[in-house]
Amino acid sequence: MIRTLAKQVKEYRNASIVTPLFMLLEVIMETMIPFLMASIIDDGVNAGDISHIYKIGGLMVVCALIGLSGGMLGGRFGAKASSGLAKNLRAEMFSHIQTFSFANIDKFSPAGLVTRLTTDVTNIQNAYQMILKMAMRAPASIICALVMAFMINARLASIYLIAALILGVVLVFLVIHATKYFQQVFPKYDDLNASIEENVSAIRVVKAYVREDYETKKLNKASQNIYNLFVKAEHNVIVNAPLMQLTVYSCIILISWIGAKMIVSSTLTTGELMSLLAYCMNILSSLMMLSMIFVMISMSVASARRICEVLDEEPDLTNPEHPVSDVADGSIRFENVAFSYHKDSKEYVLSDINLDIHAGETIGIIGGTGSAKTSLVNLISRLYDVSEGSVKVGGRDVREYDMEALRNQVAVVLQKNVLFSGTIYENLRWGNKDATDEECQEACRLACADDFVRAFPDGYNTYIEQGGSNVSGGQKQRLCIARALLKNPKILILDDSTSAVDTATDSKIRRAFREDIPDTTKLIIAQRISSVQDADRIIVMDEGRINGFGTHEELLATNEIYREVYESQTGGGGDFDEKAGD
Amino acid sequence: MPGPGSRPPRGVKSTVQNPGKLLARLMKYIFRDYKFHCLIVFVLICCGVLANVQGTLFTKNLIDEYITPFLLTDNPDFGPLARAIGRVACFYAIGVVSTYLYNRIMVTVSQGTLRHLRNDLFSHMETLPIKYFDTHAHGDIMSVYTNDIDTLRQMISQSIPQIINAAFTIVSVFISMLILSVPLTCVTLVMVGVMLFCTSKATGLSGKYFIEQQRNLGKVNGYIEEMMKGQKVVKVFCHEEECTKDFTELNDALCVSADRANTYSSFLGPINAQLGNVSYVLCAIVGGILALNGIGGFTLGGLASFLTFNKSFSMPINQVSQQFNSIIMAMAGADRIFRLMDEEPEADNGYVTLVHAKEVNGKLTESETRTGKWAWKHTHQADGSVDYKELTGDIVFDGVDFGYTDEKIVLHDIKLYATPGQKIAFVGSTGAGKTTITNLINRFYDIQDGKIRYDGINVNKIKKADLRRSLGIVLQDTHLFTGTVKENIRFGKLDATDDEIVAAAKLANADGFIRRLPQGYDTMLTGDGANLSQGQRQLLAIARAAIADPPVLILDEATSSIDTRTERIVQEGMDHLMAGRTTFVIAHRLSTVKNSDCIMVLEQGRIIERGTHDQLIEQKGRYYQLYTGNAIGA
Repeated sequence: MIRTLAKQVKEYRNASIVTPLFMLLEVIMETMIPFLMASIIDDGVNAGDISHIYKIGGLMVVCALIGLSGGMLGGRFGAKASSGLAKNLRAEMFSHIQTFSFANIDKFSPAGLVTRLTTDVTNIQNAYQMILKMAMRAPASIICALVMAFMINARLASIYLIAALILGVVLVFLVIHATKYFQQVFPKYDDLNASIEENVSAIRVVKAYVREDYETKKLNKASQNIYNLFVKAEHNVIVNAPLMQLTVYSCIILISWIGAKMIVSSTLTTGELMSLLAYCMNILSSLMMLSMIFVMISMSVASARRICEVLDEEPDLTNPEHPVSDVADGSIRFENVAFSYHKDSKEYVLSDINLDIHAGETIGIIGGTGSAKTSLVNLISRLYDVSEGSVKVGGRDVREYDMEALRNQVAVVLQKNVLFSGTIYENLRWGNKDATDEECQEACRLACADDFVRAFPDGYNTYIEQGGSNVSGGQKQRLCIARALLKNPKILILDDSTSAVDTATDSKIRRAFREDIPDTTKLIIAQRISSVQDADRIIVMDEGRINGFGTHEELLATNEIYREVYESQTGGGGDFDEKAGD
Repeated sequence: MPGPGSRPPRGVKSTVQNPGKLLARLMKYIFRDYKFHCLIVFVLICCGVLANVQGTLFTKNLIDEYITPFLLTDNPDFGPLARAIGRVACFYAIGVVSTYLYNRIMVTVSQGTLRHLRNDLFSHMETLPIKYFDTHAHGDIMSVYTNDIDTLRQMISQSIPQIINAAFTIVSVFISMLILSVPLTCVTLVMVGVMLFCTSKATGLSGKYFIEQQRNLGKVNGYIEEMMKGQKVVKVFCHEEECTKDFTELNDALCVSADRANTYSSFLGPINAQLGNVSYVLCAIVGGILALNGIGGFTLGGLASFLTFNKSFSMPINQVSQQFNSIIMAMAGADRIFRLMDEEPEADNGYVTLVHAKEVNGKLTESETRTGKWAWKHTHQADGSVDYKELTGDIVFDGVDFGYTDEKIVLHDIKLYATPGQKIAFVGSTGAGKTTITNLINRFYDIQDGKIRYDGINVNKIKKADLRRSLGIVLQDTHLFTGTVKENIRFGKLDATDDEIVAAAKLANADGFIRRLPQGYDTMLTGDGANLSQGQRQLLAIARAAIADPPVLILDEATSSIDTRTERIVQEGMDHLMAGRTTFVIAHRLSTVKNSDCIMVLEQGRIIERGTHDQLIEQKGRYYQLYTGNAIGA
């Protein structure tokens, strides 16, 4: 895990290396100061040598200045290295996600990916900055102070060594103990927030059933639980401060007593005693710092793990070694295809699929929810790989093509489609970034989108808000179709893409397809019989199998499911979901 | 200890209007429940500081009163020193104990305050009108619970005690310093002035870049959010490279501002630490000269103590200056928290209540137990007399106008009559106002003009809770709660027995699939029922409405996600459910509305046609067009 993250330091390696070095400089200077202090008192004040005071005082100021520049440079490079690491992590994750297949994407929720790219990276950034600056500084400070203390007086210094050791052990024990509790708390805490979130989004249900008090009681109970756990966990952590004080005070008392005796017996000077007392603080505050680093690291481990999950995810679709980049025509063949979303599961979503679709045909696909209509068409542009059998486009297995070339020839209008923030032109040019204004408008005409776009005050330069929230469902669907048409594909797949378009416009779009792009193979998934009944042939899907395949009349005569659906939608227009909006 | 969300809140950009007032309000909130705790903490902190100061003063005594005289005698008596050390040890012990105690009490105070805040926020949130949830992004509401409460925790448990501690330390150390030496105190004060100046400079600079960083972070977050949601579209259009390019631009800008902001803020520590050292050196030199010449009776021991004080004077200033950013951040959070708490709750002036009723001698009276019969209890305000009127489910809209805002009316002059047991259907295109009408019956929104009467009572006079209890609603977006299937159905009637639950599930035709779940009725549902299909979730929602057994039902696209074949099976259950109840149905499927007693065709907020299916077909109007589909265009 650490190696995965460390790889992303890249061009910030130098900054990462010099940061602890500068911190080391600061620490050395900081340790020098009490040492010089002793000299001022002993050789200056006690000896009555005023020039010595100036000399050493000047030296101390120089030390402070060197320490200052060390600290500032350390801060400068620490900031550079940590924000650089964050940048690289984000960039690497983002571009890695771009290589994900649909199966990879399905594994992570969009919200989960967003948190990983934002909050988790920020956590790592903070932790990294802390580690660079403190991980070296704190132990170095302890060692320097100990060395100096030993140089002054080994006997007294050994008190520190013992105190530091005892304290260190206790701190580690406390941190481990507390981390155990915190690991219990955080999932509970997430649960609590999840249940609040549930209430925010289901507020209408809560209010409709007058369950405000009931939900509040439920939350009070959960938050009481969290409270208990947190208090228990924090009771461990708060021992830190008084423990530290206890150690400092014990050291001071011991050193005062023994030191006094040593001074009397002339084995120690007053100035040295004071330096020793000053080092006491240095050592113990560094220990405190170390314990904080421990906590910080243990808390960012979760973030690191989540980031690595993304970085270590292997894209499970790869280009073949000698990719073919020419798709001959829009014919599609399914040969004994079986498919499941999970490699090891034996439960197939699709099985026994055999189809032969000619270039230029219009194929309707109909079936109940969960009958695997979408899964079927997703195999054509190799959004997923088949588990068994093969899917051929233009006479070749889709796995032989260069993926980009294949997808440029197989345009899919997804069921859950999105527009991106930007003008209508910009959105349309996703299909073909070199498309002229006229080509964009032509595509919109085919998709019956031209009229309403022109009715907008800014026409084709209208700015689409994030998620396309300022156009209606039907308008969005038509823009998505136009965007796909701009690819000028050999195969066009519409996955329930006109569900929010009224029946009349729907049939107008289909007529345009028939007349203007006759050579493109069209696959249309729909709930409405009217959307598919004039197709050349219709596939009836049922529980992952092909239940029927033929023309409207044939199916009406032979296929029970088709007849049932047809009858329930009497006359072909029993659907009031006419989302005109234009 | 940083909390799970020790990240900067997203909305730092919103400047806090009146931080002082906010802080006072927050303090008042803490004192409300923990007055006594806070008082003890305050006393304990003072004890701790005093003990610490006593200890430092001891260093002076150690040198001046013991070591220096010892050096002059041949056979020193260590007895008095031992006693002095014993005394100091007692002070230290008090210091340690009070530090431990105040930390422990602070855990209770901070966690307890957070618990109260969370509970108060939540219960207040539950009283807010639907409008609030319409106009505030759910992410923003959630961020109050996660980010803002977390930053507050850090402030309450760390910053506040630290500031009290620092303030007290500064005052007591300052007094001690004055007693020891006035000139040296002046030197220290000058250096403190320099430190404060540098701090404000560095904070100002870093603050500027922090704001810029926050802005860039917002842009990066927005871009990531959009792209992660549209990742499949990106793939389908082979747009990966372009996206990475755009992202790199935003990401680089963020890196630059983050670098600057962190650089300047990291200068703060070393500058203050080293200035502290310079101050130490200056005092040493000046003090050395003073002690050497014996000016003003200043002694070597005094210098030693003063130098320690010098350190303990600059340390709290350094600490407080580092807390400054986190306090500003916490105040921004407190601002959002209190703003949510200050939102006006849903107004409810209703006084007519819903009670169980029974008939005694042909007269309706109140009953303690469930009778299956309900009545509206109307208490007359003038004389306190009580009227009972049986709940039948008769609903009348009389010239109702409604708009989400006063400027934009979306429903115009709605008139409708639903007599008990009737089935009323609404059809029309999206945005025509179908759902809005049903939201007026249960008073999710209040109307601008006209009247809605329920069994002859103006709905404004009915207590909202009782009004809603009498209405069963199945919403278009199904929401389930984390919990078992059983608990989710029981949501409709809290005291329902297991048998009642099964009966309700059977009525909704949900029993079959529930029994096939791994643990049947005890299967845990998480993440809004993510482990169920859309259709199954709708069936559960129908069962939930069924168990509530309300006299009036509102079904808003209740079967929209169930495919036509499955719907046939559910339809049977729905028909059972609707039998004998006034029902409002919104649906886009013919089969669902065909047998309604009255169908309302809505267009742009007006009812343009009404009648039974046959009548409307006869009229050959909009309904006929919708129904036959091909009438327009092709």
